[in-house]
Amino acid sequence: MKTNEKFSREHILYMRRKKLNGLFIAAMRLIILAALFAGWEIAAKTGAIDPFLMSSPSRIAKTIKNLIISGNLWTHIGVTLTETVAGFLIATAAGTLIAILLWWSENLRKIAEPYIIVLNSLPKIALGPIIIVWFGSGAKSIIFMAVIITLIVTIISMQNAFLSCDNGKIMLMRSLGASKLQILTKLILPYSVPSFISCLKINVGMAWIGSIMGEYLTSRQGIGYLIVYGGQVFKLDLVMASTVILCVLAGAMYALVALVEKIATRR
Amino acid sequence: MNEILKLDKISLVYHTENGEISALDNVSFSVRRGEFVAIIGPSGCGKTSILSIVAGLIKPSGGKVYINGKENEKPSENIGYMLQKDELFPWRTIEKNAFLPLEIKRIKDPSYKEKLYALFKKYGLREFRKSYPSQLSGGMRQRAALIRTLASSPDLLLLDEPFSALDYQTRISVCNDVYDIIKKENKTAILVTHDISEAISTADRILVMSKRPSKVINVHDIDTDKTLSPLKRRESTNFSAWFERLWRELNYENK
Repeated sequence: MKTNEKFSREHILYMRRKKLNGLFIAAMRLIILAALFAGWEIAAKTGAIDPFLMSSPSRIAKTIKNLIISGNLWTHIGVTLTETVAGFLIATAAGTLIAILLWWSENLRKIAEPYIIVLNSLPKIALGPIIIVWFGSGAKSIIFMAVIITLIVTIISMQNAFLSCDNGKIMLMRSLGASKLQILTKLILPYSVPSFISCLKINVGMAWIGSIMGEYLTSRQGIGYLIVYGGQVFKLDLVMASTVILCVLAGAMYALVALVEKIATRR
Repeated sequence: MNEILKLDKISLVYHTENGEISALDNVSFSVRRGEFVAIIGPSGCGKTSILSIVAGLIKPSGGKVYINGKENEKPSENIGYMLQKDELFPWRTIEKNAFLPLEIKRIKDPSYKEKLYALFKKYGLREFRKSYPSQLSGGMRQRAALIRTLASSPDLLLLDEPFSALDYQTRISVCNDVYDIIKKENKTAILVTHDISEAISTADRILVMSKRPSKVINVHDIDTDKTLSPLKRRESTNFSAWFERLWRELNYENK
């Protein structure tokens, strides 16, 4: 710290404690992860657990290495990532647009309400067979699955965000003679930015559910496919390795959205 | 034209599922240019409805509103509406908040912005132009809201209990500030309030409304020294006499 002399001794101590606490938390996170993997590895090596059923970190690493060598890993990751990102983007854009329409027209909102409620409560996996018949067994079906799972949540949360804008601010806009479009663009949309960002965070998870579920239903490639395939042929190493890859990918996508949040809310 | 606003036999009926409510009944009054008029009345008597009708936000069921002698039905540039809360947008800087009316009304003339800069400077918000509302105190925010109201250079200001969201201390000092700004900028103002002392300390004239369906039951010319600030006027000798008189009038009507 360059400006040390400006602060009191107490403040410096306080800052140092805060910094130490941050370090402690980061260290604990890493230690837990390392302990988990180490324990798992030792248990598998000593025969406390059956590595055939439980796999082990070294076997996972070996599986991932083989997938990289055979060149298949990037194809699988590419396929699943494309499906997830496509589902995420389509559903977020369409959901927000529909929410805007529902905000715009109160009658439309009232008419659509029961449909949205039913679609929200419906387990989307039940539509699996219909989706396959309509869209075939491929990426289109999987993207569609990701879209319907993400879409309804987006509509509901964005519509709630739009409607929660306080009346006083709308009154102010109206007293200035603002048109409905001006109220939307100058008030409702900027007001809903924080809700939109938390919606994005939820949608990351939703899109992953959709794409993996879609791949369970119908696929010949992708991380979800690897998991299902590994399960069917009893290759738990493959299942575990795919799950680890999924964790990394989902985490990375979330981190990206968090970055967007940081940029969008910068003041 | 000395008469800036005239309400002619305004009535208002609300329709709800439980029936209809007559909120305003035959309300007529006029306001002269440069005048400060306060409207007091029991809560729920439709004081705010009068401002909404003048602002063109709701249509009266009967009667007409004239601004500068012309009939008015839509929100007009001549009118600035100040609400109970400052309603500053938290994602905009103070300056951008004040420019909002210009954006909405698509006023491009740079002289309007210059006038706003002058107001910021004059009323102690210059250093806070680039700050966000959350970084300002309640009193400063209300001043910023007033400057926003003045952005499109309205002649007539409608103040809907603009101090009621503030704590007592801030309330009196912001009332002082706002009064000062309105007088210095030569604006006409209608203040709606349930606070009798606030009305006496600011107004040239006070309209007393009855409970629903509301009528104007009395108009008082307040004879306190108008050169004094609202805070000083609270100390003048006839202040308490006025207070008692108006208090009785409101209470009698509320029976």
